[in-house]
Amino acid sequence: MKSLLRPALSVFVLLSAITGLAYPLAVTGLAGAVFPEQAAGSLIFKDGKPVGSRLIGQPFSDPGHFWGRPSATAPQPYNAAASSGSNQGPLNPALEDAVKGRIAALRAADPGNGAPIPADLVTASGSGLDPHISPAAALWQLGRVARNRGLPEAQVRALVDANTEGRQWGFLGETRVNVLALNLALDALKR
Amino acid sequence: MSTHAWLLLGAFLAVVLVAARPLGLYIAYLMEGRLRIGRPLENVMYRLAGVRPDEEMGWLRYALAILLFNALGVLSVYALQRLQLVLPFNPQQMPAVTPDSAFNTAVSFVTNTNWQGYGGESTLGYLVQMLGLTVQNFLSAATGIVVVIALVRGLARHSAATVGNAWVDLTRATLYLLLPLSFLIAIVLAGQGVIQNLDPYREVTTLEVTRYEAPRLDAAGQPLTDDKGAVLTGPAQTAVQTLAMGPVASQEAIKMLGTNGGGFFNANSAHPYENPTPLSNFVQMLAIFLIPAALCVSFGRMVGDGRQGWAVLAAMTLMFVVAAGAVMSFEQQGNPRLAALGVDQLGGPLQSGGNLEGKEARFGSADSALFAAVTTAASCGAVNAMHDSFTPLGGLVPLVNMQLGEVIFGGVGTGLYGMLVFAILAVFISGLMIGRTPEYLGKKIEAHEMKMSAIAILVTPLLVLLGTAIAVMSEAGRAGIANPGAHGFSEILYALTSAANNNGSAFAGLSANTPFYNVLLALAMWFGRFGVIVPVLAMAGALAAKKRLPAGAGTLPTHGPLFVTLLIGTVLLVGLLNYVPALALGPIVEHLVLWLGA
Repeated sequence: MKSLLRPALSVFVLLSAITGLAYPLAVTGLAGAVFPEQAAGSLIFKDGKPVGSRLIGQPFSDPGHFWGRPSATAPQPYNAAASSGSNQGPLNPALEDAVKGRIAALRAADPGNGAPIPADLVTASGSGLDPHISPAAALWQLGRVARNRGLPEAQVRALVDANTEGRQWGFLGETRVNVLALNLALDALKR
Repeated sequence: MSTHAWLLLGAFLAVVLVAARPLGLYIAYLMEGRLRIGRPLENVMYRLAGVRPDEEMGWLRYALAILLFNALGVLSVYALQRLQLVLPFNPQQMPAVTPDSAFNTAVSFVTNTNWQGYGGESTLGYLVQMLGLTVQNFLSAATGIVVVIALVRGLARHSAATVGNAWVDLTRATLYLLLPLSFLIAIVLAGQGVIQNLDPYREVTTLEVTRYEAPRLDAAGQPLTDDKGAVLTGPAQTAVQTLAMGPVASQEAIKMLGTNGGGFFNANSAHPYENPTPLSNFVQMLAIFLIPAALCVSFGRMVGDGRQGWAVLAAMTLMFVVAAGAVMSFEQQGNPRLAALGVDQLGGPLQSGGNLEGKEARFGSADSALFAAVTTAASCGAVNAMHDSFTPLGGLVPLVNMQLGEVIFGGVGTGLYGMLVFAILAVFISGLMIGRTPEYLGKKIEAHEMKMSAIAILVTPLLVLLGTAIAVMSEAGRAGIANPGAHGFSEILYALTSAANNNGSAFAGLSANTPFYNVLLALAMWFGRFGVIVPVLAMAGALAAKKRLPAGAGTLPTHGPLFVTLLIGTVLLVGLLNYVPALALGPIVEHLVLWLGA
C-alpha cells in the first residue's frame, strides 16, 4: 500500500493540473479568440449597454410585447443566476392551477382570441430561461401585439418571420422564435 | 412517434455506429501501448511519479491503486469546496459549501455519478468547477475505462498473473483519449454559443420591469418566517437580470464524453448557456454514446474476435431503440390534464406539441425525449429537460434504463464491464440448460467467477431497494418529496436508482440537499461504484490466470443472434425481477390515474 502512495499522489496532482487548469484555460483562450461573442455570453448591446443575451430569455407581461415561456425560477422569473424548472409532475394539482392561471392571464390580455393556446405558452421551461417560443405561440399573440402597438398585423408578422429559426440542418430541434430579439425589433419601430 | 422523431433517432444511431469502429480500434491501439508519439510526455510523468511503466500489477494491487486514486479525488473535491472562499477564481465570492453537501458532491463526481444536490451557479466558484469537478469528470471516466480494459485483458490473456499497470492505463486514457476529444468538442460547443470565460456574473438591463414576490429578509440577511415556519414575502421589482458566467464549454465537453452528467448550472443541459442549439444538443448526445459504443469494438479487437464486440453492441443498440422509441412516443402524447383545459398539444410544423412542462422550446418533445433515453441508457445523467415533469411512462423508461444496471451503452467502461458480467451470467444460465460447464471466450466459468458476477449484479439493486425503503420509512426521507401521490414515491425511487447506478439524473423536485439525503445517496454512489469495480477486477484476475480452452462442439457461440437474444433476455430478467414491484407502486399507478382518472 505504501509503495502505491507516491505514484497515486503524483499521478493525481499531474493529471489534475493538466485537466483542471491547463485544459480549461486553453479552451478559454482559444474560444475567446475564435468565438469571442459566444464565449462571453452572446450579449445584445443597445447604445453600448448590454440589454440581454440572445440565448437567455427575459420576462414579458406588457401586452404590446410578445410573451415568452412561463418561468419557474425563484424568486423572480427568468432569474439567470439560479436556473430551474418547476419539476411539477403531470398529475400535480399545482401544475393544473398554474396552467389555469396562465391561460386566464393570456385570455384577459386578448379577450377576443378564442383559439386554443399552444402548450409552450402555458408550461414552464426546463431552465426557466428559455429564450424561444414556438411559431404557433407567436402567431397566437400576433393580434394582441399588433392592436396594442397600432401596427398592421402584416408588419408584425414580418418581424415574427424575421426572428424565426428553422430546424437546424433540417432535422434537429424545433422551429422557434427568439422572443427578446423579436421584442427588441418591435421596440425599434416607431410607435 | 412523428417522422421528425424517427429521423432524429436514425441519424443519431447511424453516426454513433459509424464512429464506433475507428474510435474503438484507436482505443485498443492506445491501451495496448502502441501509441509511440505519446511516449515522451508519458515518460516525463512516470519519472516524476516514480512509476515503472513496464511493471504490471495483479488484480488486487490494481484495485488498490484505483481505490487510492479515487479516495484522493474525494479529499481534493471536498477540500476545494470547503476552502473556496479563500482560493482564487471565485469572482462571486461563493462561501464554503456545507460539509454534508460538499461530501455528497465529492463522492458524486468521483464515482462518475455527478448527482447534484446543489445549484451550480449559486454555490460553486470557478476553481471548484475546474480543478475539482472538471478534473473528476476526466479521472472518473478514465477509471471506468481502465477497469474494463483490465477485464478485457483478463479475457484475452491466459495463464497470466497480471492485468496491467493502473497508473499507465489512467494516464493514457486521460491524456490521449479523453483530453483531445474533449478539447475538440469544447470548441465546437463554444461555436454554438456555450460560454467560456472567467468573468464575474454580468448584469444587464431588461426591456421590462419585473414585479414579483420576494422573501423578506431580517437585518442579518436571513429570510423572515411566520410562526408556522413559512417564509414571509413582500412585493419587489427589478429591471436587472444577472447572467451567470463561467468556464462552461470545457466542462460541458468532458461532462458528456465521460458520461459524467454534472452540469455547470442547476438546469444542466436545459440551460441555454450549456446547450444553446439543437446542434449542440445533438453533439452532446453523440458525445455520451461515443466511447461506450467504441469500447465494444476495442473489446472485440483485444480478444482477437471482432464479432464478440459487435454482438455486445448489437444487444445494447436493440434495447436502446426500444427505450428511445418509447420515451419519444409517451412524451409526444402530451398531458391529458392540460388537454382538458383546452391547451393545444398537437404537434405540427408550427409547434413541437406534446408534454412541454420542463422542456425547452428549441428541443421540443422529440429531442428532449431522445436525450432522456440517451442520458439514462448511458450512465450520464445530464438532462436537457426536467424528468420529474415527464409523463408517468415517459419517466418510467429512464428509470428502467438505469435499473437494468446501466448496461445499455452505460457509462464509459462501466457499461461494457456491466454487460460482460451479464454475458458471463448468460453463458452460465445456458450452460445449466444443456448441462455443460459454461465457458466464455475460451475461459471456463467456475464458482469464483459466478460469485463475483453475482455480487456485481446484485449490489446495486440491494442499495436501491434498501435505500428507498429507508427513505420512505423515515421522516427525513419523506420531507424531501415535492409532488403528491405516487409521483412522490417515484421521486425517491429515482434518486436511489440514479445514485446507486452512478447515473446522476434526478426527479429534481426532491429536496435532496439535506444531511439525510446527502449522506444516504453518497453511500449508495460509493458502494454502487466500487462494490462493482472490485469484484469485476477480481474476476479479471481470475480469468487472466486461466488456460484458454479450444472451442468444442458443445461450446455456445457468443457472437450470433442467439447469444444476443440470450444476453438481452438475461439483462431484462434480472432487472424486471428486481424492480417490477417498486415500479408498480410509482409510475405505473400514476399512469393509470392520469389516463383512467381517479
